[in-house]
Amino acid sequence: MSQPQAAVGAAVPRVDARLRVTGGAKYAADNSPDGVVHAVIVESSIGRGRITGIDTRAAEARPGVLKVISHLNAPKLPPVEGRFPPGKPLRAFQDDRVQFFGQPVAVAVATTLETAQHAASLVKVSYDAETSSTDISDADAAGGTQTYARGDADRALDSAPVRLDTTYRTARNHHNPMEPAGIVAQWDGDRLTVWEKTQYVQGTVFTLSGEFGIPPDHIRVISPFIGGAFGNAARAWVHSVIAAMAAREVKRPVKLVLTRRQMYFTVGYRPAYEYGLRLGADRGGRLTASTHDVRAESSRYETYSESVLVPGRMLYSTPNVRQAYDHVPLDVSTPWFMRGPGYASGAYPVESAMDELAHELGVDPIELRLRNEPSDDESSNLPFSTRRLRDCYRTGAREFGWHRRNPKPRSTRDGDWLIGMGMAAGVYDTMRSEAQASVRLDADGTALVQSATSDMGPGTATSMSQVAADALGLTMRQVTFRLGDSLMPPAPVHAGSQTMASVGSAVQDGCDKLRKQAIALAVNDKGSPLHGVDAADIVVRGGRLYAKGEPTRGETYQRLLARNDRTHLEVLGSYAGAPEPERFSLYAYSAIFAEVAVDARLGLVRVRRMLGVYDAARIVNPRLADSQAIGAMTGGIGQALLEHTVTDHRDGRIVNANLADYLVPTHADMPDLKAIFIDGQDYEADPIGVKGLGEVVIVGVAPAIANAVFNATGRRIRQLPITAEALL
Amino acid sequence: MSTELPAEAETSSVEPPPAPTRRTFIATTTAAGGVAVVGGLVAGPPALAVEEAVADEVPPGSRVSLTVNGVRHTVTIDNRTSLLDLLREHLDLTGSKKGCNAGACGACTVLVDGRRVNSCLTLAVRLEGAEVTTIEGLAKGGQLHPLQQAFIEQDAFQCGFCTSGQIVSGVGCIQEGHTGSRAEIREWMSGNLCRCGCYVKIERAVEQAAAGRKG
Repeated sequence: MSQPQAAVGAAVPRVDARLRVTGGAKYAADNSPDGVVHAVIVESSIGRGRITGIDTRAAEARPGVLKVISHLNAPKLPPVEGRFPPGKPLRAFQDDRVQFFGQPVAVAVATTLETAQHAASLVKVSYDAETSSTDISDADAAGGTQTYARGDADRALDSAPVRLDTTYRTARNHHNPMEPAGIVAQWDGDRLTVWEKTQYVQGTVFTLSGEFGIPPDHIRVISPFIGGAFGNAARAWVHSVIAAMAAREVKRPVKLVLTRRQMYFTVGYRPAYEYGLRLGADRGGRLTASTHDVRAESSRYETYSESVLVPGRMLYSTPNVRQAYDHVPLDVSTPWFMRGPGYASGAYPVESAMDELAHELGVDPIELRLRNEPSDDESSNLPFSTRRLRDCYRTGAREFGWHRRNPKPRSTRDGDWLIGMGMAAGVYDTMRSEAQASVRLDADGTALVQSATSDMGPGTATSMSQVAADALGLTMRQVTFRLGDSLMPPAPVHAGSQTMASVGSAVQDGCDKLRKQAIALAVNDKGSPLHGVDAADIVVRGGRLYAKGEPTRGETYQRLLARNDRTHLEVLGSYAGAPEPERFSLYAYSAIFAEVAVDARLGLVRVRRMLGVYDAARIVNPRLADSQAIGAMTGGIGQALLEHTVTDHRDGRIVNANLADYLVPTHADMPDLKAIFIDGQDYEADPIGVKGLGEVVIVGVAPAIANAVFNATGRRIRQLPITAEALL
Repeated sequence: MSTELPAEAETSSVEPPPAPTRRTFIATTTAAGGVAVVGGLVAGPPALAVEEAVADEVPPGSRVSLTVNGVRHTVTIDNRTSLLDLLREHLDLTGSKKGCNAGACGACTVLVDGRRVNSCLTLAVRLEGAEVTTIEGLAKGGQLHPLQQAFIEQDAFQCGFCTSGQIVSGVGCIQEGHTGSRAEIREWMSGNLCRCGCYVKIERAVEQAAAGRKG
């Protein structure tokens, strides 16, 4: 990175902002190719059993109805193997089995949306229903999915002077992105084009290739804009296969958009957990042991698991740790990564327990954490690349006014409101994967950079343009970054906070190579004012190459390319991904502070203000980072206080499958939110020095709020969400 | 884009309609001068008598004239069509979004005769003579509406999917005068959900645009 960094680190506005504020950004369902028709899914109304009959006569008699497809008439698809999670992925109408309430059992295709909706309602499905099991607290676990141990935790606990033994429960949460899952599928012979809402265009290619038994290069997936996802568009779900199947059957392009209700059945969710946690410590608050017995819901057909155990084994120095993660197979659809997957669920019990221990010992919660700060990662025995968690605590305490917190619970009032302050730490691992980016510099001095990544909201095109602009020595206006097309150079799934590190590093590599190519062209060109200059002494700024220390000696990319009769220069940048094995323990960290007010009589909790302090290493765009952090605090308020998918366990029906009854934060819930990023870079992580941001920002939010509720009320609610009912 | 309107849908066209079939969704235009008929499911020429005659077979359609972003449209549409689906599936105005189709999220917010409404809950055939403004109608001559500009300056969106509804709702909120304080803005914007969590910045943007209007 010999180039001056002007764009990276600057709070530049989003490059696609105008499209997004004028309605000009085209999301999946905004596409209507010529001749498009509409498909509406019919879902099962039982939780488990077999389909005994499907009567489509009334539906198919409606004018405009093209076809109703079910397992009775669906084409047989080739067998597929699931990659993740292990198990047998849900197929599109391949047999008569119903595995969960809301499973697609048929699809109605019609020339208009209204007719397709009506036709779907006319499809009569009869079942042989069996008793379904959907309650995690009333079902047996299937055995150890993940286990971990160091030392002898159970023995150390027996001899610990201070012990804590608690169980925390978290509700199922649904991602509920504003954009429902949607796809438009169009066949041209045996070639398939889809406009799909996806965080992973090339993942959808892989899935559809397997499902239909056609080569990957016969499939193109286009997804330039995503209306939020939070993980649930990181997998090609069965509705995408259904849409492509329907399009092939009716020989027309098909648009299929899930209803908001359907979004609760087949596109994943953050699973419910029961987390049994025991802590042992000495009188000084130094942890000696912990055990973690975790139960998580999963479907019967796939065994989903996520990193819920990680915070409990690496966040604090603890010589003896034992962990077991059991999945509980239920008649439900498969869970899926939701923002801060695993960590956001695992940090809640761990960080709540640390608060309980601090209270028990009469030690300040921050001081307790500092006493247990590890010198290296005890779960991997690797040194931390960077860990600025102490800085996060110190900065946060100062900026939030932590000294004003009364450690005695239920001791601060504001009229009818009980006031409390709480804090928690957060952590998320720095994932990196192989990625490529093409870089093309045109004769007019502008550059086009492309990679098959996505943007579900963080501003990928903007941050990538910043990296490219600096590496090429161009202004932001001279760079265009394109994404969201499977024909572009490969990129990993836009998830796990790995996009900036992975794709960003590939972009930088490509732009560095291209700049060096242009410099080589100049220094070897007798017509160039830079002829003969050492290539290492040449810098490019604003599209002009010049010699360091002799800024008047130089020329623009345009002149260089024109004189050499080059229409463009083009290279492919790449990034190899994380080294195997890792040499460092790589995580982003946070300290979250919350102040809440609880109505003493009504149990109503209002968050008054929050502060997040983050060690995410280099921040490419402070404006976008701020939005991500504030947005995650908002999401965390939902996780802590509002969000709870409610299932009727008689048949597995989700009773609040809509945005009026599944509560998410609204404008009226908003407190004052502030984010601070600790200065730093982490070049052990990746060549651009970032640690990832989108996940870590939500991880500590719910426990910080829960701890504040305890400080306000003296009531320790060991379940999320913390509702008024729980507090009364 | 919509398959149901010819390119000249928003201009004066007097071409005779092609003979529609039951399944037609090729747009037709009437000879009524400057009006477009959206084909939909109406069998035969768009006359009520025809619809009644085949009421058992085809869903009833109706003719309605309304103005969208200053352009007058006369359309014959399925009575079940919401204003949102009319905009999105027939008029190629896809800026208004369908987030829930149940009036709970506000992503479909448009102005009807100056009032903000959830277009997903509004039947299009009820809008005879109405003036509809969508996100696409806010910028004038390439000049962004002050609230659109404020959204960019405040970074008041991430994924952008709720943004159309937030901005149109914010325009309504400002016109209604519900911008006396942050708390008032929050209250009067609470019909518009943002799952990325940009509320704080949306409020700042509405406040900024409201202040500019007063000044």
